[in-house]
Amino acid sequence: MSKDLSAAPEIPKEDDRPKWDNKFQYILSCIGFAVGLGNVWRFPYLCQIHGGGAFLIPYFIALLFEGIPLLHLELALGQYLRKGSIGAWNTISPYLGGVGIGSWMVSVLVSLYYNTVLTWVMWYFINSFQEPLPWSVCPLNENRTGFNEECHESTAVNYFWYRKTLNITPDIAESGKLQWWLILCLAACWLIVYLCTIRGIETTGKAIYVTAIFPYLVLTIFLIQGLTLPGATEGLIYLFTPNLNILKNPRVWLDAATQIFFSLSLAFGGLIAFASYNPTKNDCEKDAVTVAIVNSMTSLYASIPVFSVLGFKATTAYWDCLDRNIVNIINEFDLPEESIMRQNYTSWISFLNSSYPEKIAGLKLKNCDLQEFLDQSVSGTGLAFIVFTQAIILMPGSQAWAILFFIMLFSLGLSSMFGNIEGVFTPLLELQIIPKSAPKELLSGIICLISFLIALSFTLGSGSYWIDIFDRYAASVPLLVIAFFEVIGVVYIYKIKRFSKDVEWMTGRKLNLYWHIAWRFISPLLLLIVFMAFVTLQLQKTPSYTAWNPKYEGFPMKEEKVYPPWVQAICVLLAALPGMCVPLVALFHLVKKKCRSKDPSFVPSEVFSCQGANSTFSHPK
Amino acid sequence: MLRALLLTLSVVAIAHAELCKPDAQNAFKVRISIKTALGDNAYAWDANEEYLFKAMVAFAMRRYSSKSTTQISNVLLCNVTDRVSFWFVVTDSSKNVTTVPGSEVEAAIRMNRNRINNAFLLSDKTLQFLKITSTLSPPVEPSTPVWLIVFGVVLCIIVAGIVFLVVSGIQKHKKKNKDSTERENLEEKVEVTLENGIPCEALDLKAGHINGVFAADDERFTSL
Repeated sequence: MSKDLSAAPEIPKEDDRPKWDNKFQYILSCIGFAVGLGNVWRFPYLCQIHGGGAFLIPYFIALLFEGIPLLHLELALGQYLRKGSIGAWNTISPYLGGVGIGSWMVSVLVSLYYNTVLTWVMWYFINSFQEPLPWSVCPLNENRTGFNEECHESTAVNYFWYRKTLNITPDIAESGKLQWWLILCLAACWLIVYLCTIRGIETTGKAIYVTAIFPYLVLTIFLIQGLTLPGATEGLIYLFTPNLNILKNPRVWLDAATQIFFSLSLAFGGLIAFASYNPTKNDCEKDAVTVAIVNSMTSLYASIPVFSVLGFKATTAYWDCLDRNIVNIINEFDLPEESIMRQNYTSWISFLNSSYPEKIAGLKLKNCDLQEFLDQSVSGTGLAFIVFTQAIILMPGSQAWAILFFIMLFSLGLSSMFGNIEGVFTPLLELQIIPKSAPKELLSGIICLISFLIALSFTLGSGSYWIDIFDRYAASVPLLVIAFFEVIGVVYIYKIKRFSKDVEWMTGRKLNLYWHIAWRFISPLLLLIVFMAFVTLQLQKTPSYTAWNPKYEGFPMKEEKVYPPWVQAICVLLAALPGMCVPLVALFHLVKKKCRSKDPSFVPSEVFSCQGANSTFSHPK
Repeated sequence: MLRALLLTLSVVAIAHAELCKPDAQNAFKVRISIKTALGDNAYAWDANEEYLFKAMVAFAMRRYSSKSTTQISNVLLCNVTDRVSFWFVVTDSSKNVTTVPGSEVEAAIRMNRNRINNAFLLSDKTLQFLKITSTLSPPVEPSTPVWLIVFGVVLCIIVAGIVFLVVSGIQKHKKKNKDSTERENLEEKVEVTLENGIPCEALDLKAGHINGVFAADDERFTSL
């Protein structure tokens, strides 16, 4: 399967391919792509459930042996070949063209659902301008004698998220109707994406200055605010207390490896596209290390305000629990107000329990435990839209905090969207889907329009269940497969000697031994292990989901349901299809070669294919 | 005379004790949380406050039934605790030793709840009449939801940005086309003036050049 292509490295022309305005724009775009919503709502959660500070050990080991080498590989590849993912992999070898197509497919799938998450963020943002915040109070029921039942049984925050935002159906098979308010927000989000990516990196390069830097400002503000809140220190201690025993659990190592991998947005093709707009004589090694370290530092930095706020929320909930118990006791025993305070609560309880045990038992007091409140860990949309919004209500000046928080989430997501869209846009531009004379704005408009129309399906009542599916299956397993083939392809098919010469030519110095070892052995091995472990874990139980069903007897707990067979088939398709592109395309070329080689007068096509693929694309500005 | 007075007083007292006791018929329990409502500005609950309470209940009854027969002495308070909570009944002075039906009292209190609350600087939550539910005030809803307005603003900004970028793109495109056609015209002119290194003006465009070499050969050969 190894092909020996032309010996001399092709010197690419410094022509009318778009360029970054300056190096800082490029670095910022890569950082913006890597730093996304996951840094805020997944990393702190993983830290919390995997032994706090101890989680940093597998995390940094994974960063060193998996994250940085793969990142360097992609950036070097894109920078040297000066093409998007499809063109680049076709250049490396036509048999590896499937890798490019696979990563293009994943970028498409992720762009579709990622922008819908941003739609939810935008919806919350535009609702943050009201006093009081709409998720702080329950609406009244029809005859105004009490609160809406669904809201009263769960909480106002839950109600606003599940009913007023998603209008969720109790089952994935029930699609429900299209929610018009979500359609409006979705349209606005896709228009924003169009506005920023209208001319490729020419426009995203300007937009990234705002969307990549603004989140850091807001995180700092939240950090200062968070640390002044009562209970913040409890949250932080809880987060960072290391529990080294947890390292014996292989699940922790798996989570660390997958977190690093997905956090750096590897194998999407977006990084290759970004790097392809660089001048070839650029130090990609330093860039890779910089981006990876900034991404990890951002995760750590973001977890501090997140956990201060969560600690504040747990403390407030604990105080509320105590206060409710105190009021019940005072009312029952007709004791004067303020006779029982939080401080002497326990002594009072023990005294009353010994003297009037039946009365105390009759009150059915809830057991208030701060640890229990701190243990309620959430990640993902639950963290942002339920837990954090609840905490924001408790802060003074909640409108301002809500607005800041949601703008920050929106910028984080938007800068990642730029990378996703670039991963879709650049290969299409090079494949010349639209005629050369047509402006770039047309192609980006078509991409955004088609994506908007397909993403309308996520605004149905069952939309959020589908987004969970896409997140779990389309954006996980295929990426591992593609990344594995990327490393194998470059190291063993393109040949590491040739690649290291290319990188030396670009950076101006010899490749360190670390890169050789990492690329040749450690990274592929790690990827293989992670892939197998991941798939094994997924296959161990039938895929299930939790549904929000007001008619469930355990309501407000979510109902555990199994996916119907047709949905399971879609899950398998999403997970398998992008990865299957690799062997399918290789097989296709093999068959083509065999057919051609049967005809001796025919010159083998590979000689021309790489030269054909090398033709630089020129397009009108 | 004195004995008769004492007798009637004791009868009245016993009757009152019979009428007002916890869980008596037509009796309501009231729970007041002054410190929760007012914090540092809390006042103490004493006999004067009780008097005011009786007055407010009598006022409510008068307003409700619009017959001015209810007196402050008709309102009986009992079992005042430190919490502060107590029971009260409203007696009917026209019928001896009976209490006004609970439904009437409830309706009267409901109608005048706001006035009663304000007299004590308390609210529905801190001056609780157990068993009398309060109607909740509807939330203030503006005619256009606020979020729609914000959305409109955001959308206008985005559309303006897109229109600006598209228009500037078209203008640049047109300018580039104009520039490139001008450059092409310029190159053509330059090309026209130089044909094979010989300026066209020098070339005789009429019949062509007579090539001396061949012309000489022609003269040597005889014609056929």
